[in-house]
Amino acid sequence: MSTPSEGAPTGVIHDIGYRPYAGPRLGEGAVAWALFVTGLRNSFGLGRSGRSKVLPMGLLALMLLPALILVGVLVQAKDLLGLDQQIVAYSTYPMTTQLLISVFVASQAPALISRDLRFRTITLYLARPARRATYVLVRMASLTAATFLLVAAPLVLMYVGGLLADLPLGRESQRVGGALVGALLLAACLACTAALVAALTIRRGLAVTAVIVLLLVTYTVVATIQGISADTGHARVGEVAGIFSPYTLVNGVQVYVFDAPHATRTPPTGDGMGVLYLLATAVTVLGSVGAMLLRYRKVQG
Amino acid sequence: MSAVSPTIVRIGAHSVFGRRRGILLFLLPLVLVGLAVLVRALVGEDLRSTEDTLYGLGLAVVVPLVALLATTGVLAPEIDDGSISYLLAKPISRHTIVASKLLVAWACVLVFGALPMLVAGLVLLLGQPEVGFAFAVGSLAGGLAYCSLFALLSVMTRHAVVIGLLYLLLWEGLLGGLLDGVRWLSVTRWAAAITEQVAGQVTLVDDLGFTYAVVATVVVVVLGGWLTGRRLQAFNLTGDE
Repeated sequence: MSTPSEGAPTGVIHDIGYRPYAGPRLGEGAVAWALFVTGLRNSFGLGRSGRSKVLPMGLLALMLLPALILVGVLVQAKDLLGLDQQIVAYSTYPMTTQLLISVFVASQAPALISRDLRFRTITLYLARPARRATYVLVRMASLTAATFLLVAAPLVLMYVGGLLADLPLGRESQRVGGALVGALLLAACLACTAALVAALTIRRGLAVTAVIVLLLVTYTVVATIQGISADTGHARVGEVAGIFSPYTLVNGVQVYVFDAPHATRTPPTGDGMGVLYLLATAVTVLGSVGAMLLRYRKVQG
Repeated sequence: MSAVSPTIVRIGAHSVFGRRRGILLFLLPLVLVGLAVLVRALVGEDLRSTEDTLYGLGLAVVVPLVALLATTGVLAPEIDDGSISYLLAKPISRHTIVASKLLVAWACVLVFGALPMLVAGLVLLLGQPEVGFAFAVGSLAGGLAYCSLFALLSVMTRHAVVIGLLYLLLWEGLLGGLLDGVRWLSVTRWAAAITEQVAGQVTLVDDLGFTYAVVATVVVVVLGGWLTGRRLQAFNLTGDE
């Protein structure tokens, strides 16, 4: 008669030769880089199911299609139509195709942000040596990079096509350079606001709707105000209104900084307004990053 | 067997407003009325800018989005988490279920779509209240058709919201603006034609008969609702991806 706690212990742990990993361990930087590349690939559906590839790849194709047609017309009918520059300005192109860009950002932001929160896979990321802030910044960087690729791809296509059609190299390089900086700013503005909305509404369908509603409604309201203020001679009101939509905001920045042709009815005029546009861009991006960091402070790791 | 079940209506209303979706529903009409106030302050009473505002933001953006949010709010979450099987297991006609849920969505369109249009119309053009009234009628007609369309989409695919948005943006928005022929198959343009007829002095869409617009809207409302019920009768819950 003995209880298990009494007497000599009978259990023995044998060392059967398992060895722990003793090689070099990569630090936070490697984790961040791996997360960035995965996020970027996932934004275009690479490494995800076939059905997830349809929408982003389709949107990329639709973004490139008008550029391809424009290049075709430019190359074929340059002399016929007497063209000496791009048919659509580089800086105007993202504005014209904004619906596609909005859908891309709105559909991919929840894929990168909301699912980790909703299905609690965030716990697994936070168990790694990467800190919370790194996770947040890398996720936003992936989305920004993916959006930038989407916006910049047709611009590069138009640039190459323009050079093939013998447009002056220096002038085109200068213009496309400005437009690419604009594309980066636009991608940052869109991705950061979309990421914030996606982090706040963790149901995927609702997050998609919220991002689209935000981008579509702000642009429609801004365009209406700009149109009416231009018609009635209150251009200043329209210029101020322009900072409330990422598309008009970034177009305004390009008009001010790179002297690009404007795509809105009331582009910013004067240094004060130009600086206001630059400030608004910075506030949009940095404000979203700050709000995201605050939001993730509360997430249980 | 009644056509509408009060219990389902109550649960449906709860599922629309019980979530964050409700915030968006309140936000959209506020934006519309806010813009109306701003435009009125900028230009005073002007028929042209009233048309631009109420059509460009109201009829083409706010009303379809309210319909999309309300309809998917009523149907999609239940299908998403599978709890619709409890509802379908009850001895209630599937058409009654659809009618009850659509009733909630229609009420949302009336309250968050048509009424704000009336208010915005009155703000913009107090001297001609019939214009605001006409836009309210048009947006109600368009909203009902959109509800039926999105209800059908909700029971056909799990990605109803995204596909609905794509349809709104690409078909109604992008192609509708580029290709004139789209007006024959565009709910927003039918609503515009109805608005024109009721108001008398506004011009929104070229060469689209009032009768055709009414018939097309009614067909979409009825057929969409009926097909949704039909689809629910042979409903089959599937996993995601």
